[in-house]
Amino acid sequence: MTPLTALLVRDMRIAVRVGGGALIGVLFFVVVVTLTPFAIGPDLALLRRIGPAILWLAALLASLLALDRLFASDHEDGSLDLILTGRAPLELIIAAKGLAHWLTTAVPLIVAAPLIGLLLDIEPPAQAGLVLTLLVGTPALTFVGIVGAAIAVTLRRGGLLLAIIVLPLTVPVLIFGVAAANAAVAGPVPFGTPFTVLCALTLATLVIGPFAAAAALRLDIE
Amino acid sequence: MRVSAINLACRRGGRDVFASVSFQLAHGEALAVTGRNGAGKSSLLRIIGGFIRPASGRLWLEGGDPELSIAEQAHYLGHQDAVKPSLSVAENLHFWSAFFGADTHKVQDALELVGLGNIAALPAAYLSAGQRRRLSIARLLTVKRPIWLLDEPASTLDAAGRGRLTDFMQSHLVGGGLILAATHGALGLNDAQELSLDRPAHAPIAETQQPAEAAP
Repeated sequence: MTPLTALLVRDMRIAVRVGGGALIGVLFFVVVVTLTPFAIGPDLALLRRIGPAILWLAALLASLLALDRLFASDHEDGSLDLILTGRAPLELIIAAKGLAHWLTTAVPLIVAAPLIGLLLDIEPPAQAGLVLTLLVGTPALTFVGIVGAAIAVTLRRGGLLLAIIVLPLTVPVLIFGVAAANAAVAGPVPFGTPFTVLCALTLATLVIGPFAAAAALRLDIE
Repeated sequence: MRVSAINLACRRGGRDVFASVSFQLAHGEALAVTGRNGAGKSSLLRIIGGFIRPASGRLWLEGGDPELSIAEQAHYLGHQDAVKPSLSVAENLHFWSAFFGADTHKVQDALELVGLGNIAALPAAYLSAGQRRRLSIARLLTVKRPIWLLDEPASTLDAAGRGRLTDFMQSHLVGGGLILAATHGALGLNDAQELSLDRPAHAPIAETQQPAEAAP
C-alpha cells in the first residue's frame, strides 16, 4: 500500500466509525431538504422552481460541516507532525485527505439526492441532470474547503472562521451549479453552458486547492 | 552518518529560547538533551525534525540518503502519541507502517515487543497513556529510520516499559542509528553524550541580576 492510499483508507475508516463525520453531512442534507416543503407549503410549481437551489444550498452547508476537523484532529493528536515527516509531498497528502472527505461526505449526499428530490417535485429525467451537477460540483466545494480547513487548523473553534473564509469562495460554484441544475429541471437555458463552467471551476480548484492548503499548513505548523 | 549543528538559536513567540547550541552526533551515538522546563528541549528536537526553523545557525547531515531531508530520515516521538481512538491498536500501527512505506507484516511482532500483542484488536480509545506511548514506540520498530528524535520518551511508561525502551534504543544504536532524546531522567544508555540547554556560566544573563534591588 502506498502512503497516499494508506492515508485515504485511514481517513475513510475514521469517518465511517463512531464520532466520524460521514453520516452527519448526509443527515443534515436530508433534514434541510425535508423541512423545506413544510416551510414553503404544498405549492408544487414553487417547489420545483426553487428545488435545485435548496438542494445545492443544503449540499454546500453539509459538505462544510465536518470539514473543520479535517486537519484540526490530526494536528491535535500529533498525527500531522508525523505526516510531515513522511516522504510523500504535502500537496498530494492534502489531495488524498480531500478525496477521502469527498468520498465519505459528498458521495452519500449525491446518492440521497434523487430520493430526496422527489419531495421537491423534481422528476426522474431532471434528477439525472441534477445529480450530475452535484457529482461534478461537490469536489470543488471540498477542495475550496480544505484551504479554509488548513488556515483554521491551529484555532480552537475554527469552524465559524472556516465558514467565513470558505463560503464567499464557493459562490461561483453555487451560481453555476444551481444554474446547471435549474436548466436540467426547468429549462429553457441549455444545460451544457453552465455545466461546462462548473466543470472548469472544479478542475481549477482541484489544482489550486491542495497547493494553497499546503502553503497554509506549512505556515501554521511553525 | 553524522548530524551536526553549529550555533543554533531558537526564538518562539518573540522570546529567545536558546542560542549558540552546537553538537555533533555520529551513527551509534546518543545525545541526551537536558534542561529545566522551558529551556527549549522540545524546540530543539522540533528544529531538527524540520517542524520549526531555527532563528540562526546551521544544521546538516553527512551520509545518509542525500535525496532526503533529516526529517524524512527521522522518527519523531513527541508528547502527543498520534493515536486515533476510533481505530484499533493494530490498525493504528498498520497505518503508520504503510504510510512510512514499511513492511506491514511486522506489525504484530512489534506489538508483541512493546507488550500490546494481546490487545491488538482493541479500539485505541481504551488505551491508557502508557499504552498509547507503547503503541507509538512500536512505530519506531516497524519502520526503519536511522535518526530517532525522542521527546520525553519515558514520561508515561512504567518501569517495565522503560526497561524495554532502553533495550530498543540500545539495539538501535548497535544497528548504527542515532538518538537525540530530550529527557529529565536518565536515559539508561551506557555512553550517551549530554547537551544541557540551561544557560552556561560563560553566558551570564540571569546571574548578574542585582541582588540588592530595592524590594517593595
